[in-house]
Amino acid sequence: MSGSSVLFDAPGPRAKRTYAVVGVASVAVLLLILWFVVDKLNEKGQLTAAKWEPFLTGEIWTEYLIPGLIGTLTAAAISVVLALTLGILLGVGRLSSSAWIRWPCSIVVEFFRAVPVLMMMLFSYALFGYYNLFPSERLPLAAVITGLMFYNGSVVAELVRSGVYALPKGQGEAAMAIGLTNGKAMQLILLPQAITAMLPAIVGQLVVILKDTALGYIITYEELLRKAEQIGNYKSNLLPALIVVAAIFVIVNYFLGVLAHRVEALMRRRGRSAGGPLAPEQVDRSAVGGAVAVGVTADAAAPDGTPGPGN
Amino acid sequence: MDVISEFFSEYDGLGAFKTTIYLTLLSALLALLIGTVVAVMRVSPVRVLRSMGSAYVNIVRNTPLTLVIVFCNLGLFLQLGIQLADPNSPTSIDDNNFRLAVLGLSVYHAAFVAEAIRSGVNTVPLGQAEAARAIGLPFLKTLRYVVLPQAFRGAVAPLGNVLIALTKNSTVASVIGVTEASAVMKVMMENRPDVIFVVFGIFALGFVILTLPVGILFTSLSKRLAVKR
Amino acid sequence: MRQRIIAALGITVLAATGLTACGDETDAGGGTAGGDKLVVGIKYDQPGLGLKEGSNYTGMDVDVAKYVAKELGYEEGNVEFKESPSAQRESLLGNGQVKMIFATYSITDTRKEKVSFAGPYLVAGQDLLVKADNGDITGPEALNGKKLCSVTGSTSAQKVKDQFAKTVQLQEYDTYSKCVEALSSGAIDAVTTDNTILAGFAAQSANEGKFKVVGKTFSTERYGVGLKKGDTETCTKVNDALKKMVDSGEWQKAFDKNLGTAGLKLDPATNPPKTFDACA
Repeated sequence: MSGSSVLFDAPGPRAKRTYAVVGVASVAVLLLILWFVVDKLNEKGQLTAAKWEPFLTGEIWTEYLIPGLIGTLTAAAISVVLALTLGILLGVGRLSSSAWIRWPCSIVVEFFRAVPVLMMMLFSYALFGYYNLFPSERLPLAAVITGLMFYNGSVVAELVRSGVYALPKGQGEAAMAIGLTNGKAMQLILLPQAITAMLPAIVGQLVVILKDTALGYIITYEELLRKAEQIGNYKSNLLPALIVVAAIFVIVNYFLGVLAHRVEALMRRRGRSAGGPLAPEQVDRSAVGGAVAVGVTADAAAPDGTPGPGN
Repeated sequence: MDVISEFFSEYDGLGAFKTTIYLTLLSALLALLIGTVVAVMRVSPVRVLRSMGSAYVNIVRNTPLTLVIVFCNLGLFLQLGIQLADPNSPTSIDDNNFRLAVLGLSVYHAAFVAEAIRSGVNTVPLGQAEAARAIGLPFLKTLRYVVLPQAFRGAVAPLGNVLIALTKNSTVASVIGVTEASAVMKVMMENRPDVIFVVFGIFALGFVILTLPVGILFTSLSKRLAVKR
Repeated sequence: MRQRIIAALGITVLAATGLTACGDETDAGGGTAGGDKLVVGIKYDQPGLGLKEGSNYTGMDVDVAKYVAKELGYEEGNVEFKESPSAQRESLLGNGQVKMIFATYSITDTRKEKVSFAGPYLVAGQDLLVKADNGDITGPEALNGKKLCSVTGSTSAQKVKDQFAKTVQLQEYDTYSKCVEALSSGAIDAVTTDNTILAGFAAQSANEGKFKVVGKTFSTERYGVGLKKGDTETCTKVNDALKKMVDSGEWQKAFDKNLGTAGLKLDPATNPPKTFDACA
């Protein structure tokens, strides 16, 4: 069932009137809430020009917001690359025919999926600091990346695994039939198709990673949120600064979401993979079960590159 | 291993995990409620409600949780004066922060609950809704008696994932001063940097214990409850 | 397959070490050819002490640092400031990324095990910040049943709770600016930390006339100049520079400019400091 039109009949004159009333009432409620918020903020002096004008100056952008955005994007970009590498290794490892490889990989994946990213960051930060593993300038970045890499790596591992499971059985069998070894079949036939099918979900995961970099501010990583705090200290406008930063996050992530949909539509048209694009929900389904692998069928849910709740 | 006894005695680690559990459960209930309302809005016949629903999901889903929680405290509480605990009670700060954190976690995860339910609605065959309309049920009754009960059963697995994510995300409540597991871990690590592996191990184990059974439970539930077609 | 895995692992490790390598390029203490550079660690988020204002840095810590740098023979253009969050100060000094730190860095015995200190260049104390019209909070003892804000893990809030007011309620944020927001909205009654930091917030133009520092300190914080452990040579030079700064009246000028407007009164017996700790 798709779309919502099947849930209700074409409205008659009375239903149209009801809809209009409900529509107007909900808009009224929304406006009322907005008015309350604006009125209160005004009363507290949060809407004065002095608090908002700084965002029209170049200085706030060149010294705070843009470096902050670069910090956020840097951490996200490095994490994505490392998470993909780690995820593919772990995912393939979990599919290995040798129990000696399969089990450790499964344990690692399940462990890092259970541990909150924030805790992982706090731990890496303390660890790197105590043993002096990174120059302190790079310490927060290294800790942010470590936290994001392990969690998202295990998510990618699950994506790889369910991507391979989602391929028609014939793919693997055909590979065997022409005499490829297990490893070669994985490397030449299964993995390339699984990764192609994963792409939209991976772009969706990017949004999760980007949002989670914001946790880095707790361990003093110089990203957008921390820059917002600095702006707040400089101009005494913490709340406006946070609102601006939130808007930047929403805009960047919204476009990443759009990109994920594009990639997915492209994949579906080109049909490179025998499986068809994979959605995070599908992956989740098989992933929840821990070691119990469930073959996922493509009709389980409408696949789209929507990001999960992260962390 | 004196750290382990410190965990129980000096730092009240169990109390911290109890806070984590309370945070998770209360937020889960509230998120389910808000999420269902948003999901219904998104499939409703009133266009304004539909756009409000998608606006909610798109904005909340793309905002970092840290910011959502900070806004609950700095925005709702400090600026709008929305107080969730009696200001004169001797524990008003702790109660208020806890409740604001619950609100923030619920508002954030409600967006994902709404998406999960929507994906559940997508598993309900077209004929079900058509049949409901054919016997003259209006929109809300179609949802209430035919579509949603099946949608929830179809959405069990993604809802389980949201619950697991929520459990882990409750750690972010520490930014407004709620003493949950990660906050206690941070303090312990600062005081005993020589045994960080043990400290991390204890807390990580705590989360594995919390999340693993939920995963297994929801997988088996999703299989048991799946509507056989 | 195996080679691929090994290759990928190699890339991961390379990327990780690459992170390390990039950071090592900066060398804090001059020495290299072409004009001596001095890297000084300061706070970026404490108005009145060390604050990043766009591309400029202001505050008492910054002014003292600039004076000392000049006395040590560094030109103003060769002094570079770097953020030194509290948790990273020891390691920044330890691996030489900054030569000296002026960042509300209290001299304590535990810290002396890891770093050396010159100074003190200012003696502060933990105090309370309240709204300007507040008459009933006269000191830490008056906080019973009140709401007190500080940053997570702060010693001063714990001290108030343990020694002065058992029934005080603590609100902990990760930054002081959130405490100040909370104080200004009336959600809490007082903020506690060093009186200098409190005065810095009170003196900000947006907060003018809104807050006051109570002025009953309940600890002594001797702000020192953090140096690499055993760097007695720089320590002696810094102490000489500090002495000159105090004697010439420049110290008082810097204080009046940065913290004086908030009406902060430091203990006259120890401020400006006349004697400095022996360099060891």
